[in-house]
Amino acid sequence: MDLLDWALLLGRVAVVFAGLLVTVMLLIWMERKVIADMQTRMGPMRAGPRGVLITLADGIKLFFKEGIVPAEADRPVYLIAPVIAMLPAFLAFAVIPFGTSVTLFGREVPFQLADPSIGILWVLAMASLGVYGIVLAGWSSGSNYPLLGAVRSSAQIISYEIGMSLALVAVLMYSGSLRLSEIVEAQARVWNVIPQFPAFVVYLIAGLAETNRPPFDLPEAESELVAGFHTEYSGIRFALFYLGEYVNTVTVASVAVTLFLGGWRGPAPDVLPWVWPLLWFLAKVLAVVYGYVWVRATLPRIRFDRLMAFGWKVLIPFGLVWVLLTGAIVVLPDVYGRGPVVAGAAVVFGALVLASVAAPLLRPRPAAEVGR
Amino acid sequence: MIRLPLVLLFSAALFSIGVYGVLARRNAVMVLMAIELMLNAVNVNLVGFSQLWRDLAGQVFALFVIAVAAAEVGIGLAIVLLIYRNRETIDLSEVSLLKW
Amino acid sequence: MSADQVAFLVLAPISVGAGIAMLLQRNAVHAALLLVVNLVTVGIFYLMLAAPFLFAVQIIVYAGAIMVLFLFVIMLLGVDRAEPLEEPIRFQRTAAVLLGVGILAELVTAVRAGVGFRALGPAAFAETGADTAALARALFRSYVLPFEATSVLLIVAAVAAMVLARRRPAPATAEPEGVVDAEEAAPEEVGA
Repeated sequence: MDLLDWALLLGRVAVVFAGLLVTVMLLIWMERKVIADMQTRMGPMRAGPRGVLITLADGIKLFFKEGIVPAEADRPVYLIAPVIAMLPAFLAFAVIPFGTSVTLFGREVPFQLADPSIGILWVLAMASLGVYGIVLAGWSSGSNYPLLGAVRSSAQIISYEIGMSLALVAVLMYSGSLRLSEIVEAQARVWNVIPQFPAFVVYLIAGLAETNRPPFDLPEAESELVAGFHTEYSGIRFALFYLGEYVNTVTVASVAVTLFLGGWRGPAPDVLPWVWPLLWFLAKVLAVVYGYVWVRATLPRIRFDRLMAFGWKVLIPFGLVWVLLTGAIVVLPDVYGRGPVVAGAAVVFGALVLASVAAPLLRPRPAAEVGR
Repeated sequence: MIRLPLVLLFSAALFSIGVYGVLARRNAVMVLMAIELMLNAVNVNLVGFSQLWRDLAGQVFALFVIAVAAAEVGIGLAIVLLIYRNRETIDLSEVSLLKW
Repeated sequence: MSADQVAFLVLAPISVGAGIAMLLQRNAVHAALLLVVNLVTVGIFYLMLAAPFLFAVQIIVYAGAIMVLFLFVIMLLGVDRAEPLEEPIRFQRTAAVLLGVGILAELVTAVRAGVGFRALGPAAFAETGADTAALARALFRSYVLPFEATSVLLIVAAVAAMVLARRRPAPATAEPEGVVDAEEAAPEEVGA
């Protein structure tokens, strides 16, 4: 490492940080516009062309607002909580490969801040640290509603983290590597979303819960908890929470793209070979985020006990079964050869289909249903 | 490359802090946290020696220690919850009915 | 001095300092946070000691799950009020200090005496990329039985924790309210 390498590294960090912020800015605008469109409104129109600068305007407004610290608050924790909420999301993004590489000053500069051998696990680790910001904010506010939001969120995020890790485990078993660049490499022929579709679904649902997005935004449910964990926050600290939440959304979507949707891969013409992967990556991330916005506009918030029940009784068992199946898919052909395994799988699948068709026929119908 | 004696001194310090915590604190949750500190010190040692001998057994052991610690915390906190429900306190010096 | 050493010399005092501050902290939540700082620094040491997988496990399990559990219980019980630090048993604190210092002295002596651990000299550990795979092989070949035993232990512990912390429906009520799990019970308890 000489000076140029360090400079390039710093430059990369700065560019990624700024790029993430700009993406988040556009994302918030996009979310408001899309939701407005789905509700046949216009959404923000004044700040900039078609209101594209609305986030900037909001940010400036929040920056100049008074930041209130409640008398009951635990001051140091209260002040540091928004930063803790934002940091892990940024750090998790550091391992995402969002493009190939470009040659600058005779050095190859990869579009990835770091490619540690523990790739996916780094993402998971950062996701598991994300809960602290919310919990600490809720506790330190010294007020009941934030505390309730914090208790809810710690239960929610820990529970859905298990489902999320199960989805990731299935992918890394299938790809045979923890390194995110190698996982993207492994998707050169088929994107993981096809062989790993169940894991994809589990990941997207768990991702909704991890980012506290509707319909899983129980930690800040306004109809029950005022604003949940950030009730007492105002001004720039509230803005940090807001920002952190959206950075988190971008990170979750980026991980989904990297693990399931082929990362930066996509057909590209031969001019400027390093631009197209970036554009593909951005397009895929936006597609996933659009899905999240769509879900938000469509589904009502679900009740907390149902949320927990769904996480523990549906998502986790399903994820476990899928991990088992993936293990079988990966290992069995090596042991017994492809033919017998495919035949066996076909037999089992056929039996399952038969059973699911036969079971309702054999079961005596409940009286209420007969009357209908 | 960190020299091993440094690592060992560090873990010794952590372990001593943990021992003091277990002996001196009366809040049951704090005592559990001090135990975590001690377990961590042990893990640092295991990993340090694992690197010295180029043997992964140390890391495997550290993994087991972490798993057992997770189980221990689960049970420990459940017991603390129960004590709190019955006695309205988690001060360990108040929970001495079985002592003699 | 290499980058590793610099990092160690910066992080070790932070880690030990966080540990000591945790002990002297009256507020349980602050203590838990200091412990998190300590755990994260220890995790970074694992990274420097050629154990990147353990770093991930340390952050995910310790910082991400165990400490959140602690915080959860602390907040749930409302025991985050400051706790008096004076001791009811005479000499307990003195004894604790003495024993703690004693153990520290003993360990330092043992380390100084050096039980031959410089024999190998600075060991260049396996390339970090292969490390996780090698760890997996060790775990699932040489140590399968302990691994399975640990998994049984974890399940037993999880079930036991649920059974212990469960609220049994009051026997007198005519209509049992069924299984009330911890999450459901949480808001009532905090609000009370």
